[in-house]
Amino acid sequence: MKILSIALNTFRENLRDKLLYNLLVFALLMIGSSVILSRLTLGEFHRLILDLGLGSINFFGILIAIFVGIGLVSKEIEKKTIYTIVSKPVARYQFLLGKYLGLTITLFVNTVVMALGLLVVLSAQAVPIEGLLFKALALIFVEFMVIMAAALLFSTFTSATLSAIFTLALYVIGHLTADLKTAGAKMDDLSRGLLNGLYYLLPNLERFNLKGHVVHHLEVSGSDLLLIVAYGGAYTAFLLFLASLIFHRRDFR
Amino acid sequence: MTPSPDLVVQTDQLSKIFRVGFWGKRVTVVEGLNLDVRRGEVFGFLGPNGAGKTTTLKMLMGLIYPTSGQAWLFGKDLGDPQSKARLGFLPESPYFYDYLTSREFLRFYGHLFGLWGAALDKRIDELLELVGMTPAKDLQLRKFSKGMLQRVGIAQALINDPELVVLDEPMSGLDPIGRKEVRDLILRLKESGKTVLFSSHILHDAEVLCDRVAMILKGRLVACGRVTDLLDEGASHPVELVVDRLTQEGLAHLRPLADKVVVQGDRILIVLKSQQQVGAALEIVRAAKACLVSLNPQKGSLEDLFIREVEGHRSSTER
Repeated sequence: MKILSIALNTFRENLRDKLLYNLLVFALLMIGSSVILSRLTLGEFHRLILDLGLGSINFFGILIAIFVGIGLVSKEIEKKTIYTIVSKPVARYQFLLGKYLGLTITLFVNTVVMALGLLVVLSAQAVPIEGLLFKALALIFVEFMVIMAAALLFSTFTSATLSAIFTLALYVIGHLTADLKTAGAKMDDLSRGLLNGLYYLLPNLERFNLKGHVVHHLEVSGSDLLLIVAYGGAYTAFLLFLASLIFHRRDFR
Repeated sequence: MTPSPDLVVQTDQLSKIFRVGFWGKRVTVVEGLNLDVRRGEVFGFLGPNGAGKTTTLKMLMGLIYPTSGQAWLFGKDLGDPQSKARLGFLPESPYFYDYLTSREFLRFYGHLFGLWGAALDKRIDELLELVGMTPAKDLQLRKFSKGMLQRVGIAQALINDPELVVLDEPMSGLDPIGRKEVRDLILRLKESGKTVLFSSHILHDAEVLCDRVAMILKGRLVACGRVTDLLDEGASHPVELVVDRLTQEGLAHLRPLADKVVVQGDRILIVLKSQQQVGAALEIVRAAKACLVSLNPQKGSLEDLFIREVEGHRSSTER
């Protein structure tokens, strides 16, 4: 119950923040502009709208996840609001999970709005809407959840700026982990072991990317989808657990 | 040491060392602090800026962890949810959530204590009334002045009707009217049987309000006790004697008793070294047939005590 109260409070606070609306407007503009851009291409215009639309949702969602995520805890400490909460009968992990859940709700609403924007554009352009599209959107959201947890984890022990850089780095590396394995295969045992270790430790964010599947109409089975969602959930839980551990030991100076 | 159930706050050799800078230099902020706050009293925690007051309060509130030593609230270890439920805390210069109205803000804190619905709304109305914020109840907090934020902050600290109210510098940054209101509020809390622990560097407030005070300097306790006892403890108090038409002979007799003599025409001001000299001095005045204008014991203030302690500390560290 306490976690939910903190989550709803975070959600309410986010809703009244202008940053969010700015990002949302940009995202919708970007999705809309895919119509104009598609005019410049020959024949492939369905693909372009889908690719650009999903890409925009992904990009702006990640921006929100990172830039709101890093501020969740650091802003509370900076503004000393956390003093009044931790001194109440609220465990620190409850506070952390509440903040995380609050941002999840915020981002969920945003994703739904952006997805509706895309659906409007698609139907206006008479692009057939497949079930696969919703699977792709669901996985984009799972990726947001991983990135939010990472931003939260970094912000429990370092400054907002460094947290943003770390999270962004994790995002980029997370999409290139397959290359780690490929590179390792050509190296000596030690390097290969090291790169393989990194491959398994870092999140494999490319798994959440179904844009190619949507554009090229490659179906993804339900069991595969479930497995990917479970992977995202487990990774998120792992990051949140680490964040709670660090947050529990922290002094609020 | 075992915690006493009669004490609301108790600390035993509480210490905090911070590590600062790149090399993790150790800075002792609080050292070997022993405090006890009894049920129903107003306890002032005094010291200059940077003495370690806020750090101590933060340790008690579970915001930072002590490096060594122990502390208990209501006889329970720090961080115990049951004792937290009986506690209200106002941090120093709080900001709170900009985009909430004072009602939403208080409702949120009520939820954290498991308060919901009509009972909570009633409590919020009472509190807004108590701190005089009813007219601004639907205004967002970012539009509030510092004094208004402080009042909502106090309301927040009282939402659960706590037995112990801890206020960190509740008077700082407020205008004289605001300070008086906070003082009145503290007295009202005491009347309703609550224990109040507050920190301050404004000694006058503490002198008026507190049953007992503790004074800390560089993280160490330098004085603790009832305000009156502390004031009596500090050296003998001088007494100011003003007389008219004192003869030269009378003055000559008085001089050995006096610290300072100021002659202004007919009127003479004599500062006696201590109360013990008053009897003898009055004898001389009567014998000289002079006219006694006034006799004023110079009451010591916490401020004097404070300055003495600070200077004492400085000279001891210079040695």
